[in-house]
Amino acid sequence: MSDFVSNYWHWFIAIVSLISIVGCGVLLWTQTTKRPAEGETVKLHGNVWDEDLVEYNHPMPAWWMWLFYITIVFSLGYLIVYPGLGNFAGKFGWTSTNQFDEEVKKADSEFGPIFAKYVEVDIPTLAKDPVANEIGQRLFLNNCAQCHGSDAGGGKGFPNLRDADWLYGGDPVAIQTTLRAGRNGIMPPLGDAIGGEPGIKEMVNYVRSLSGLKHDAALAEAGKAKFAICAACHGPEGKGNQAVGAPNLTDKIWLYGSSEENIAEGIRLGRNNMMPAQLERLGEAKVHLLAAYVYSLGGGVPSAPQAAVASAEAKTQAPSPTKVQ
Amino acid sequence: MQAAISQTYNYKVVRQFAIMTIVWGVVGMLVGVLIAAELIWPDMTLGIPWLSFGRLRPLHTNAVIFAFGGCALMGTSYYVVQRTCQIRLISDKLAAFHFWGWQLVIVLAAITLPLGYTQAKEYAELEWPIDVLITVVWVVYAIVFFGTVMKRKVAHIYVANWFYGAFIVTVAILHIVNSAAMPASFWKSYSAYAGVQDAMIQWWYGHNAVGFFLTAGFLGMMYYFVPKQAERPVYSYRLSVVHFWALIFTYMWAGPHHLHYTALPDWAQSLGMVFSLILLAPSWGGMINGMMTLSGAWHKLRDDPILKFLIVSLSFYGMSTFEGPLLSIKTVNGLAHYTDWIIGHVHSGALGWVAFITFGSMYYLIPRLYGQKQMYSVKLISLHFWIATIGVVLYIAALWISGVMQGLMWRAVNPDGTLTYSFVESVKASYPYWTIRLIGGTLFFVGMLVMTYNVIRTVRMGRAYDAPIPDMLPTHPDLKPQLKPIGLQPAHGD
Repeated sequence: MSDFVSNYWHWFIAIVSLISIVGCGVLLWTQTTKRPAEGETVKLHGNVWDEDLVEYNHPMPAWWMWLFYITIVFSLGYLIVYPGLGNFAGKFGWTSTNQFDEEVKKADSEFGPIFAKYVEVDIPTLAKDPVANEIGQRLFLNNCAQCHGSDAGGGKGFPNLRDADWLYGGDPVAIQTTLRAGRNGIMPPLGDAIGGEPGIKEMVNYVRSLSGLKHDAALAEAGKAKFAICAACHGPEGKGNQAVGAPNLTDKIWLYGSSEENIAEGIRLGRNNMMPAQLERLGEAKVHLLAAYVYSLGGGVPSAPQAAVASAEAKTQAPSPTKVQ
Repeated sequence: MQAAISQTYNYKVVRQFAIMTIVWGVVGMLVGVLIAAELIWPDMTLGIPWLSFGRLRPLHTNAVIFAFGGCALMGTSYYVVQRTCQIRLISDKLAAFHFWGWQLVIVLAAITLPLGYTQAKEYAELEWPIDVLITVVWVVYAIVFFGTVMKRKVAHIYVANWFYGAFIVTVAILHIVNSAAMPASFWKSYSAYAGVQDAMIQWWYGHNAVGFFLTAGFLGMMYYFVPKQAERPVYSYRLSVVHFWALIFTYMWAGPHHLHYTALPDWAQSLGMVFSLILLAPSWGGMINGMMTLSGAWHKLRDDPILKFLIVSLSFYGMSTFEGPLLSIKTVNGLAHYTDWIIGHVHSGALGWVAFITFGSMYYLIPRLYGQKQMYSVKLISLHFWIATIGVVLYIAALWISGVMQGLMWRAVNPDGTLTYSFVESVKASYPYWTIRLIGGTLFFVGMLVMTYNVIRTVRMGRAYDAPIPDMLPTHPDLKPQLKPIGLQPAHGD
């Protein structure tokens, strides 16, 4: 695709560039003066300024002029073989996009077979293969650690991948689905629906009571009465729902923190959490290795094949809500 | 009254700028030392947002380039233009407005940048109201400078003034074009350009800020203070003409080398690269002319620390203008871009060239502004020279090593094709070199403090002095007495 809206700009750039480069040489050429003969002294030139400032007029040093000419000739040569003069593609047909594509192609043909053999192995088996895990870890450090941390321990808003608590399930298929397509966990703002700030305060106390945190029993009781609206995702007992990525509220694991303030913020403003899709970036084989690595970290759940597939499908298809805390 | 004033040069504005050069030098370099330390101890400022690296880094660059470097250029240009044109500045009031206006710009920058107000354009961070103020101040600067040149008593315009002139004109154009923005509120605006065009305009500006602010302007300083301090004629008028035009012409094209392997079209990247290569010779022309000015007087380097500053600055200039074209080559850039090598490159120019030529020039200039023959202590100049030189060398050597190391670590690949190192491992590996850089930077800052002490003592020793304007134009036994400039009054008639 041309970079220009019309051919005029192609010619404009090509001609102005050439004139400019050649012009540097012409400047140099026309300003070249005869070297003084042996023993001849170079005279002063022009005026005297500020009491004693004067100038010689030595000819330009030959080595410097050669340096100048060489860069000019090199530049003209470069613009013949590489793109530079407007639309002119250059003799080599090089483009930075081609260079990239070729490097990727080369890497794929060189490294593709190494990865290909792992795709065939199922994830729980692969998770026990030390070589595969080493590759998986390197992939993790360069592609996942930015959010989940070098040790996969997570952080505020970024799930810990080493525990047994999974927002969307920890069986091989669920992990792979998460990696492939990404996840978008949304909790809507619900403050108004439960009666504004007083309602939020009650709900916070109820939610904290679910995992045995310090709470005001009366407020919690009042919050419980309104929990039906939360139960749509988190379940009547607040145990969460992996089909929609709604966190379990009864364990002591908190994605955004367990303080009253943190929980109130989640209810008041909602949460919108994004894990980007990796399939297009990394390809099937690397996603497979990463899934095995994540599975190996300690929290992997052996597959219950039918159920997992069903829930994974439900998850990828539904443009779903959720997850909170 | 008018007659009495016109018999002296306006040294007042030069003194003001010279003193503020020292003040802003201390401030800017202190902030530099602070952020170098933050790279090693990220939590040292206790999470105070005003003191975080991201806000102080632009404060550092603005302070050293536009406050320290700017005051040095403005002060010396007013000194040089008056003395080489043999006439007082055309307006004391406008010159004073320029001085106070520029200080206001700096103070506003020092307040708004830590507060987080930024246009997010490197070296052009200041928000639009400050940009407008800069424009007004700059236009006044141009009026005073070129007005003085136009009324000169000497027929030819001295070479230093061409360089100062190119700096003033070009920076005006760069600033106005790159800062064009639509204000959304008093402290928020949006660039007039979008996407890759915005990037291209920014780096056209950014690279020419280097070319015209940090190169052409300081070459103007070099062309006055080197021959003055060496007491030797400039080596070659012809070389100065050719390298001047070649330099200011080719610099304009070099910006795209900041955008290699980006969305910028390949043709623009290539043109940026080849013109960066062509730029080598024009850049070196200034170095040759400065160094060769010393031929026949090399012995003076032995015991004149001012000359040491001036000549070593030219060596660093030569080195960084060689390194620049090298880094502009796409394959080299592929390794060096985004690494510490680039920061090292900038500092070999900024510390080695810009600051050194400023130190040398100020040591020449300041005693003369206070009626003294020389600085309070020549030994302290020498001490400053050695501390600063060791500081620069440590600084740039450390960042060469860490830069190349980072570049190699980022591209290192295992036999299975995965990256050998994660980014944070390259950060960890950089700590020793960042520590050396901090030591080098601290030494440079200590040198600045030594200079400050020396300047305070010099100023206390003397008193403000305004040199008289000679009635007669100077003559030289080897030169014809000069013709009267066309359209101007006889030199001693008015």
